[in-house]
Amino acid sequence: MRHKTFLWFFLPTGLAMLLFIAMPIVSVVTQSIFAPHPAVLLEVENCTPLIGCTTETTVDQEATAALRAEKPLGRFVGLDIYFNRGHLAIQEIGQIWAANETWGGFFTELGNLPFYRAMAFTLTFVAVVTPLTIVLGLVIALAVNSLHRQLKGLMIFFSLLPMIVTPLIGSLILFWMIDSRGVIGNALVYLAGDPDFSLKASTGLMWVALMVYGVWHAAPFAFVVFYAGLQTLPQDQIEAAQIDGATRWQQVKFVVVPHLMPLVTFVALIQLMDNFKVFEPIIGFSAQAHAQSLSTFIFYDLGGETRQLSSAAATSVMTIFGVAILLSPVLVRTWRDFKGAR
Amino acid sequence: MFLKKIALAGSVAAFAASAGYACEIGARVNIVGNEFAAIQAVAAGAKECTGASVESNLTSEHQTINVAGLSGNPSEYTTAIIANSSVVALMNEDVIRPLNDLVEKYGQDLQPGQLIKIGDNIMAIAFMANAQHLMYRKDILEQAGVEVPTTYEEMLEVAEAIRAQGIMQNPVGGAYASGWNLAQEFNNMFLGYGGSHFKPGTAEPNVNSEAGVNALNMMKALSEYMNPDFLTHDSNATNAEYRAGNVAIMNMWGSRASQQTTTEGVLQEVIDGHAIGAPLTVGGGDIPATTLWWDGWTVGKNISDEEAEATFIAMKHGIRPDMLNDETTPLAVWLIEGYQPGKDAEGVFAAAKMGTPPYPMLPYMGLMHSALGNELADFMQGKESAEQALADVEAAYRAAAIEQGYLQ
Repeated sequence: MRHKTFLWFFLPTGLAMLLFIAMPIVSVVTQSIFAPHPAVLLEVENCTPLIGCTTETTVDQEATAALRAEKPLGRFVGLDIYFNRGHLAIQEIGQIWAANETWGGFFTELGNLPFYRAMAFTLTFVAVVTPLTIVLGLVIALAVNSLHRQLKGLMIFFSLLPMIVTPLIGSLILFWMIDSRGVIGNALVYLAGDPDFSLKASTGLMWVALMVYGVWHAAPFAFVVFYAGLQTLPQDQIEAAQIDGATRWQQVKFVVVPHLMPLVTFVALIQLMDNFKVFEPIIGFSAQAHAQSLSTFIFYDLGGETRQLSSAAATSVMTIFGVAILLSPVLVRTWRDFKGAR
Repeated sequence: MFLKKIALAGSVAAFAASAGYACEIGARVNIVGNEFAAIQAVAAGAKECTGASVESNLTSEHQTINVAGLSGNPSEYTTAIIANSSVVALMNEDVIRPLNDLVEKYGQDLQPGQLIKIGDNIMAIAFMANAQHLMYRKDILEQAGVEVPTTYEEMLEVAEAIRAQGIMQNPVGGAYASGWNLAQEFNNMFLGYGGSHFKPGTAEPNVNSEAGVNALNMMKALSEYMNPDFLTHDSNATNAEYRAGNVAIMNMWGSRASQQTTTEGVLQEVIDGHAIGAPLTVGGGDIPATTLWWDGWTVGKNISDEEAEATFIAMKHGIRPDMLNDETTPLAVWLIEGYQPGKDAEGVFAAAKMGTPPYPMLPYMGLMHSALGNELADFMQGKESAEQALADVEAAYRAAAIEQGYLQ
């Protein structure tokens, strides 16, 4: 394709991407380096029903409005918000580093800072759920593919159910099942022989539950992709392998998986991105006490009675960086393959 | 439940029609607010007005949309129904207007207690009061042979007696869900121990104090008698446990009182045994460990004067004395003239009589509430000390307050 043709071909997409992807990112970055003006506070009398009047502090609207009119973006704070305790906590890390002799103590105290605690959960979630999703998806795809033709449709439908169910509903169903009065929760109490046993009260078990949900929800996606890939598997290669005496395991390992490798990369990319932004199960399981992610931080920054827009924006930018770092090995490899292919 | 709402709205409308109450407005009205029975009744009342459209969006997610919905010019909504915690966010953003002139023109018959004044400005019209207070099962307490507690220390004894006699394993209920609910329970207990969230006259945090540590230790002691899943139980889940007969005693919102016995599927023994009492004190303090709340409506700033006038007339129509009838009276502790409090209202009135402090209406209280909600769960799980948890709260609050410009 000539460059000019390509340009015209790409222009509508490019414009849409500029408008709906690039501009919002610019706006988010801008928001994250500006914060609201210092509040001008006033002492006033505040009267409440059934109580009477008390002296309270409030914002001086006229003075604040003047400040805002002068500089509508707010005050420039540079990277302050990125470095404060709610985010990278640079100063706090310095203090913890100075106060601790051992790595153990350092990591324990590091876990007390919200960002690093969220990272501990998020990265564990990504590292566990992504490979398990791929393996499980592949196993289901191979199993369904070997079924009789008439059974396939039905099985595909059932295998896709977890993806069809709305994420929040899916996690809520599981949440009720693991409640200490739910089916699974009750069974666990019986097995543990302890009436006070509670899955939701244990951080470790809650993590397991979240990861089980993560795999359960994402496996159908991997399955569909791999199943589609299996339909393009060249039968003569399989037959050749069979004639050479390859076992079923060897056929999968040396013929099927290499054939599906580009799809594995694709699923891995999508899953890395999705899992890094884990959100619905944490909300659905009410697991805030045990697990946090950058996405739930944004949710709480925006959902509190005082919205923290700058903080939410900084977390969003950090999410973009996090995803970029996670994807970089896969992207570099794809780029190399692309260069090699030319 | 849905049918009930329709029946309720219908009966309100029919009542108004039969009374021939006229409400004429000349410009659009659009309401955003929380979703519970009392607010639905008020919105239904406002919708009886004729002459222009009256719309409403009632949702439990109201506070995430009301600032945006009242910004812009002209704004999407003309009024927001809010409580004393959420009116602060609207005032901080300067999206609601003082109502002095409208009250003078159309609101002469409002009760003085309904006018929420910040300095000289009337910023909201309150229509109901709310507070958390004691709810308990008198049959269970009788069975255990214990008196109704008046302090949290006695509540612990009651809980121990019920457990020791094998009546219930986890008799105490509480909305201790990590986040907003847990922070609110801390606020109650902290104020009950005589704490104050901020150093006087400043936005400097003041929770890492003796009162804070005592409050956390009391919450921890209570949680030993709760369902082990307590950190996931918000007020809805706690009430469900109560109505299922799994909880014998709890500190609960007054606005839920009338629904404890009328919700579908409540056990008969709960209906028979349900009782409410005054809020509890703690640590020998004389004010109860709870907070007093009001719900009210505001009028947006970014709308025309005609729309503001129409909004005021319609909303006032929604809270006129005539709107109180057999259906609506038990829904809340109304601040409306002519309201005859029933049994369900006793807890809230007791709270007011005992000098319960109002929920702090400070511009930076929302940030403190969020910090408490995020940082206290570690202590409740036994992962860190009370002092460490409170130091974390102060550090998290400080970071947020510096960002928002309340601290330097």
